[in-house]
Amino acid sequence: MTSSNLHMYVMASPLVAALIVNLLGRFSRRSIPWLVIGSLVVALGGALAVLAAVIDHGPLRYTVGNWTPPYGIELVVDHLSGMMLVLITLVALIASFSSLKSVEQELPGEEHFFFTLYLILIAGLCGLVMTGDAFNLYVLLEITSITSYGLIAMGRGRAPLSSFNYIIMGSIGACFYLLGVGYMYILTGTLNMADIARILPNLNAPVATATALGFLMVGLWIKMAFFPLHGWLPNAYSHAPTGAGTMAAPLMTKVTVYLMVRIILSMYTPEHIYASAAVKSGIVWAAAVAIICGSILAFGQKDLRRMLTYIIVAEVGYMVGGIFLGNANGLTGAILHIINDALMTLCLFLVVAAIIYRQGTVALVSLQGLFYRMPLTMAAFTIGAFAMIGVPPTCGFFSKWYLILGGVEAGHWEFVIALVVSSLINAVLFFRIIELAYFGALVDGEHHEHAASERHEASFWLLKPLMVTAVLLIVVGLGTGVLIDNLISLVIPAGF
Amino acid sequence: MTPSISIWPLLAILISLCGAIPILLSNRQPNLRESWTILIALLKLMIVASLLPGVLYGEGYIFTIAEVLPGVPIELRVDALGILFALVASFLWLFTSIYSIGYMRALNEHAQTRYFASFAVAISSTLGIAFAGNLLTMYLFYEMLSLSTYPLVTHEQNAEARASGRKYLTYILGTSIGLALPAMLITYATAGTLDFTAGGILTGKASPELLALLLVLFLFGFAKAGLIPFHGWLPAAMVAPTPVSSFLHGVAVVKAGVFSIFRVVFHILGPETLQSANLNVVITTVASITLLVASLIALTQDSMKRRLAYSTVGQLSYMVLGAGMISAVGRLGGVMHLAMHAFGKITLFFCAGAIYVASKKKYISQMDGLGRRMPITFLAFFLGSLSIIGMPPLGGFISKWNLVIGTVDGGQYVLLIVLLVSSLLNAAYFLPIVYRAFFADAPAGEETGWKEAPLFCLVPLCLTALGSMLLFFFHDTLLNLAQMAVGIAP
Repeated sequence: MTSSNLHMYVMASPLVAALIVNLLGRFSRRSIPWLVIGSLVVALGGALAVLAAVIDHGPLRYTVGNWTPPYGIELVVDHLSGMMLVLITLVALIASFSSLKSVEQELPGEEHFFFTLYLILIAGLCGLVMTGDAFNLYVLLEITSITSYGLIAMGRGRAPLSSFNYIIMGSIGACFYLLGVGYMYILTGTLNMADIARILPNLNAPVATATALGFLMVGLWIKMAFFPLHGWLPNAYSHAPTGAGTMAAPLMTKVTVYLMVRIILSMYTPEHIYASAAVKSGIVWAAAVAIICGSILAFGQKDLRRMLTYIIVAEVGYMVGGIFLGNANGLTGAILHIINDALMTLCLFLVVAAIIYRQGTVALVSLQGLFYRMPLTMAAFTIGAFAMIGVPPTCGFFSKWYLILGGVEAGHWEFVIALVVSSLINAVLFFRIIELAYFGALVDGEHHEHAASERHEASFWLLKPLMVTAVLLIVVGLGTGVLIDNLISLVIPAGF
Repeated sequence: MTPSISIWPLLAILISLCGAIPILLSNRQPNLRESWTILIALLKLMIVASLLPGVLYGEGYIFTIAEVLPGVPIELRVDALGILFALVASFLWLFTSIYSIGYMRALNEHAQTRYFASFAVAISSTLGIAFAGNLLTMYLFYEMLSLSTYPLVTHEQNAEARASGRKYLTYILGTSIGLALPAMLITYATAGTLDFTAGGILTGKASPELLALLLVLFLFGFAKAGLIPFHGWLPAAMVAPTPVSSFLHGVAVVKAGVFSIFRVVFHILGPETLQSANLNVVITTVASITLLVASLIALTQDSMKRRLAYSTVGQLSYMVLGAGMISAVGRLGGVMHLAMHAFGKITLFFCAGAIYVASKKKYISQMDGLGRRMPITFLAFFLGSLSIIGMPPLGGFISKWNLVIGTVDGGQYVLLIVLLVSSLLNAAYFLPIVYRAFFADAPAGEETGWKEAPLFCLVPLCLTALGSMLLFFFHDTLLNLAQMAVGIAP
C-alpha cells in the first residue's frame, strides 16, 4: 500500500465488505458485526493516515484507472475532504455499534440486506467528499441517495411511503443538479472541477454561469433539506429503522453541505458566488427563516426523534447562512458546524436508539422519569442537548460563535437574531425533555421515586458509543483552536 | 507585576469537580460521602488560601487551559477581585457543607447523593467564574453554574419545584444566551480581545451608543445579579432546600452575577470610559430602583425565606450601585459589600433553615416567642441582620460606610439619600422579626422550653455570625484586596 492511493482503500474497504456481508451474512449472522466494524475500522485508520499525509505533504490528487483529467475521473483529497473523510468514517464506526444492536432487534433475519446498503452508503459518502469531478459527484450522490431510500424503506409502518416521498424529492434534486452540470459542460466542455475553475473566469457568460450555479445549488438544497425544501426529511428519518437514522441523520445532510462548500470553493471563485449582493443577502435571509421555522416546527413535535429531525432542518440553515455571509468567520463557522453538528446529531440519535431499544418508543410522554431508568443515557443526552443549545465548552458553542461573529461582521443582524433565538428555542426544547425525564410523573404534585421503575440501562453496544460521542462533544469543543489552525483556516481562500 | 504560570487555580476548580465522582460512588455510605464533601471543601479552601499571598504581593497567577478561539483562550487568571470572591465562596462552602449534613439528615431528604454532587459542581463553577481570565471563560463557568444548580433548585421534585425550576432557567439561561452572549460577541468583534484588562478594552474603540447598548445587555444579561426586572427567579428559587438558598442564593450564584457585572464594568467597559460617556448613571439608576423596590417588597413578605430573598435582591444592588459610582471609594464599598453581605446573608439563611428544622415554621407570623426557645439561633439572626443593615460593630458597616463616603466623594447626593432610606427599610424588615421572636407572646398551646436545631446546623450559623462580627475588626486583607481590585493604592 503506497501512500498515493491510500484514500482508495478508505472507500474500498466498506464497499468490499458490503459484498461480503451480503454473501456471508446469509449463512452466518455472527460474521456481520466483525465485517461491519472491521471494515469501518480499516476505513477510519485509512482516513486518519490520509489526513496525516495531507497535513504533511499537501493535497493528494489521484486519477482513477490512470485516465488523465480532464477526461478521466480525478479524486482530490485536500484538508477539507481529508477532514470530512475522518468525520464520515468516525461517525459511521461509532454509529455502527448501535445500528448492529438496533437492527438485530428490529429487523431480525434481514441484517445482511441492511448492512449491505449501509456499507455502500458509507462508501458512497467517502467517494463524494473525495471526488474532483462534477459528474462523478452526481453519480455518487445518487448512490448514496438510492441506498438511503432502501434503508429507510426497510422501516415499519409508514416508512415505505416516507421513502417514496424522499425518492420523489431526491430525484427532483438530482435532476436540478444534473441540469446544472449539463450547463457547465456546455459552457466549459469539461467536467473536472479544477478544469472548470480554470476555464470559468475567462468565459464571458455571466447569465449562463449564474444559471448553472442556481441549478446546482437548488439541487443540493433539496438534498440537504434546506427550508422550505425540507419536506422529505422529517418523515424519512423518523420512520426509518433506528439503525439507519443513527448513521444517516448525522452524515447525509452534512455531506451535502460539504458539497456546497466544495462547489463554491473548487468550481467557482468567491467573486462569482458573492457577485450579486442581493442574491447573497437573500440566501442569508432564507437561512435565517429556515433556522427560525425549523426551530418552531421542532417545538410542535410530540416525539423526540421527529423533534430532532426538525432541529436538523434548522441546523442546515446555520450552515447555508454561514457560507453565504461571505466572510471568513461565517465560512469557518459553517465548516466547523459540519463537524460539530454531525457529532451532536450522532449523540442525540444514539440516545434515541438506546431509548427505543429499551422501551420501543421515544414519544415525549414515554420519557417521564427516564433519569432513573437510564441515568447514563440521559446524562449523555444532557451533554448533547447542551451542545445543541450552545453551552461552552461543548463544541456547539464554538461554531455558533463563528457564525454569529460572521453575521455581526457582515451586518446581517437577522441572521444573528435567528441564531440567538434558535439557541433559546433549543434550550426550551431540550429542557422540556430534561424536565420530563427528571421529574417523572407527579402524583398529586408530588414526586414518587419508587413509582419509577428499576434502573434499566441500554446494552453496552448502545451505551459505549454514546459515552464516547458525549465525551467527543467536549473534546472537540476544547480542540476548536487546533481544528481551525491546522485544517479549516487552510481551506478558506485568500479572497476572504 | 507579571503573573506567574501556575496550575493551582485549575486545581482549585477541579478538586470539587472531580470530587463529585467519589461522592457519587459512595452513594450507599452517607458518612463516607459527607467525609468526602468536607475533605474536598477543606482542601479547596487551602488551595485558594495558598494563592492569596502571591496576589497580595501583586503577582497573580495565570494558566491557559485550551486555545479555543484566536486571541481568546480558556484561561484562568487570579487577581485581587477574583481571589476575594473565591475566598469568600470557598470559605463559606465549608460551613455550608457542615450545615447541609445537619439539615438534610434532620429532614431526611431524598436523593442526598445527587444533592452533594451537584453542590460540588456548583462550587467548582463558582471558582471558575472567580478565576476566569477573560470574558469567554467567565461565560463558560457562568453557564455551568446555572445548569449545575438546576437539580439543586428543583431538589424537592414536586410541582412547585418544577415551576420554579422553569422560571429559574428561563430567567438565567434566557438572559445569558439572549443578552450576554450577543454582547460578548459584539465586544469581541469591536475590541478583538476579551481579556480582562484594568480600565477596559473598549476605550476609544466604541461609540457611546454602542457602549450604552453593551452596558445594558451585560447588566441584564447577568440576571444572577437580580436587577429588576430580571429578579423574579430569586424568590421563586427559594423552593430549594435551605442550604442551597443560603449558599447559592445568598453567596455563590447571586454574587457570581454581581461579580460578572464588576468584571464587565471594571475590566471590559472600563469605569472611566463609562463615566466619560456619562453611562454610569444607567447603572446607578437601575440599581437604585432595584434597591428601593426590592426592600419595599421585602416588607410585605411573610415567608421568611422570601423576605430574605427580596432582601438579597436589594443588597445585590448595593454592590452594583457601587460599581456605578464615580468615586473609586464607592466602587471599593461595592466590592467589599460582596464579602460582607455574604457572611451576613448566609447567617440569616442558616437561621431560617435551623428554625424550619427545629420547629417546621416557615412564616414570620408564626415565629412569635420563638426566640425564647431558640435563643442562639435568634441571636445569630440578630447579628446577621445588623450586618446587613450596616450597623457597627458588624462587617456590613464597613462596606456601607465606604459606599456612603463614595457618594459624597463623587457628589452623587441622590444616591446618598437612596442608601440611607434603604438602610432604614432594611431595619424595618429585619428588626421586627427579632423583636417578635424575643418579646411577643408565643401562641397559646405551644410547647415552651429550649429546642435548638441539631449541632451540625447550629455551629455553622454561630460561626458565620461571629465571622460577620470579626470582619468589622479584622478586615485589613479584605480591604487590601478590594483596594487592589478597584485600583486604589493601599
